[in-house]
Amino acid sequence: MTTAPTGGVPDAAALRARVADFVAAHDPATTDPIEFLAARFDAGLAWVHFPEGLGGLGAPRALQAVVDEEFARLGAAPSGREALVIGLGMAAPTILAFGTPEQQERFLKPLYTGEEIWCQLFSEPGAGSDLAALGTRAVRDGDTWVVNGQKVWTSLAHRARWAILVTRTDPDVPKHRGMTYFVCDMTAPGVEVRPLRQITGEAEFNEVYLTDVRIPDSHRLGEVGDGWRVAQTTLMNERVSIGGGAEPREGGLIGLVAGIWRDRPELRTPGLHDALLRLWVEAEAARLTKERLRQQLAVGQPGPEGSAAKLSFARLNQEISGLELELLGGEGLTYDDWTFRRPDGVDLAKRVPGFHYLRSKGNSIEGGTSEILRNIIAERVLGLPGEIRVDKDVAWKDLPK
Amino acid sequence: MSNDPDLLYSDVEEELRASVRSLLADRCGWDRVLARVESDEVTDLALWRSLADLGVAGLAIPEEAGGAGATLRESAVVAEELGRAVAPLPFLGSAVLATGTLLALDGRADSPLGEALASLASGERTATLLIPLATAPDAGFPEGVRVEEGRLSGRVGGVVDASTADLLVVPAAGSEGPALYLVEAGEATVTTVVSLDLTRPLADVELAGASGRLLATGEQAESAVRRGLVTGAALLAAEQLGCAEWALSTTVEYLKTRHQFGRPLGSFQALKHRLADLWVSISQARAVVRNAASAVASDDPEAPLAAALAQAFVSGVAVTAAEEAVQLHGGIGFTWEHPAHLYLKRAKSCSIALGTADRHRLTIARLVDLPAAR
Ligand SMILES: Cc1cc2nc3c(=O)[nH]c(=O)nc-3n(C[C@H](O)[C@H](O)[C@H](O)COP(=O)(O)OP(=O)(O)OC[C@H]3O[C@@H](n4cnc5c(N)ncnc54)[C@H](O)[C@@H]3O)c2cc1C
Repeated sequence: MTTAPTGGVPDAAALRARVADFVAAHDPATTDPIEFLAARFDAGLAWVHFPEGLGGLGAPRALQAVVDEEFARLGAAPSGREALVIGLGMAAPTILAFGTPEQQERFLKPLYTGEEIWCQLFSEPGAGSDLAALGTRAVRDGDTWVVNGQKVWTSLAHRARWAILVTRTDPDVPKHRGMTYFVCDMTAPGVEVRPLRQITGEAEFNEVYLTDVRIPDSHRLGEVGDGWRVAQTTLMNERVSIGGGAEPREGGLIGLVAGIWRDRPELRTPGLHDALLRLWVEAEAARLTKERLRQQLAVGQPGPEGSAAKLSFARLNQEISGLELELLGGEGLTYDDWTFRRPDGVDLAKRVPGFHYLRSKGNSIEGGTSEILRNIIAERVLGLPGEIRVDKDVAWKDLPK
Repeated sequence: MSNDPDLLYSDVEEELRASVRSLLADRCGWDRVLARVESDEVTDLALWRSLADLGVAGLAIPEEAGGAGATLRESAVVAEELGRAVAPLPFLGSAVLATGTLLALDGRADSPLGEALASLASGERTATLLIPLATAPDAGFPEGVRVEEGRLSGRVGGVVDASTADLLVVPAAGSEGPALYLVEAGEATVTTVVSLDLTRPLADVELAGASGRLLATGEQAESAVRRGLVTGAALLAAEQLGCAEWALSTTVEYLKTRHQFGRPLGSFQALKHRLADLWVSISQARAVVRNAASAVASDDPEAPLAAALAQAFVSGVAVTAAEEAVQLHGGIGFTWEHPAHLYLKRAKSCSIALGTADRHRLTIARLVDLPAAR
């Protein structure tokens, strides 16, 4: 999958030097941010584990952190990329793994630069944890596919140019086999996006109705009927991208609460102190586990271990934000703003503790619920026998709905 | 705690529950609550008056003072139902905290105190106790308002049900020590704050040289406020119990019908066990809540302990129940259009109101002589 550049795969020191040279040649202060990122893509410094020509250098995945650190140190880290989580975290690795050269050429660069935002049309009202039950139909019509159905909880659909979409193409075979994966143009006729409001008051996500949407066969990712396997790649990457980013000590919510503790002695009690220290220890253990995982991942796709990172990320965010409200007492009884609106992304540091508490409830639902992640760990890591399945060998059309 | 507290519900209590529940089912469905929370009138005063017609506003007020002449045990049953419905009503501020404080004072029917109690019982007026809602019962006499030459000044933040209150029961500190005043709300500047619990409005209240009627001073004023807060803690736990029960029963129903993987989600043992554990906790919460209600109803000397125990235990149960409801509904539980968030916000706010569980554990430590390590 990766082609080594002439002269071999660069190591950390070589990469640092390349970044320094790049930044010297493209002054971040004067270069247009998109041009800067486009040039960074062309230089292979977008995601170094991608092949040459596609924004990478065929280097080990773990070295990406070195590159990111170096750009940050030189004051050239990209900013305002909250809306790109799905593109960068899920669509890109899937396109890399399953896309044709033409697709990779077309989609990866504007995805990376942020010129094109992506969303994920997976979940449906009847198919959440059981994604393979999905019923959005794609029917072939010559060189195009005609798609009808409804998706739900689609983050960023209102801003997206493209979507990764899983559909049912063959209802007559068992559900895992009859699916096909596409790239869907969100500006195509028949795509209708309606906001769905969340418990925080705002709407990050949407319902998406697809009515006779025409998708060219050239926008299919992977083989017809192989959509489940393609989707697995997306989901494994999603879990790493939600829970797995590298961060410094006290980098997440624990840092905010630790800050309150240090600044506000009047709030301290022995019981809360103990609770905070317990969470601090767990947060640090989770951080080191993620760091270790990152070091283990040389090249290749993240495995089920990423599920563990996402699982502890969700639980810790929820417990820490719950403690934050208790620590603040009366201030914890208030909120900033319930007004319905469309946020650009989720930036916890900019919002009040009540928002931290509410938004983190979504962490154990989005991108595979904590219950499903436990099943993945139990069955795929530990090898425990699966649930007795009643739905595996039945044609999708004969399943109880 | 006290000698054999009655931990069951009497027939009369069950009848009261049924009539409150049916009125709420008619007038306070969650879709109406959700519509209200974004309107200018969150608190449903018309519904409050209808409940007052059932006696709910003055259950613990003696009949000769215009009340229903029942006890705080009945009030606790009502609190359970109001929690189950996340009802946006001034029950906590008016019927519990203000009334509970006033009832601790002696006064004749034709006194300002008697008039106030009668107007609260009839639902004609509502009141609140002027303290931050997060105040724990043993926090000491509130210092937020000062008296000088009979005039009251000060600012109190996060006061429950103040936006709709006609009367403020004001603990005030002066050169002669603690005092308790009755102040017309018109004398105060009331600024609504954005509340985490959408169904329970909070406000900042400012008094600038307000006049009021003196109700009590010294030890009498102090113990009245403490009684009001202990009553509040006990009854708030009943409300939390109601919240938790809604969360459990709604989640159980949902998991019976929601299918994934070709079977009802409730057939997965991992989920069954969680709901079974929750049911066990809620059963314990019910015993603890009945115990606290009995203790405050009979003015048992152990009432402060019973109330602290109820808060320390039930706060966590209600929060867990509401959190489980959100989680086990999946994506739909994370949406505004589903009622689970109203309960999550209520439960979490209740766990801070009148002192966190952590604060109540410290109270218990003091009351049962389990001192901290040194
Ligand atoms: C903030 C947010 C953003 C999202 N963004 C997107 C997006 O951009 N694109 C997209 O496609 N989807 C998105 N989702 C949807 C998300 O992936 C689904 O909500 C999730 O997969 C759960 O599906 P469900 O809501 O249908 O819940 P259900 O599958 O109905 O689950 C309900 C409950 O049952 C539990 N459960 C289910 N199966 C089992 C089992 N076998 N054993 C034990 N417990 C089980 C679940 O864990 C959950 O607690 C988002 C969700 C949220 C909250």
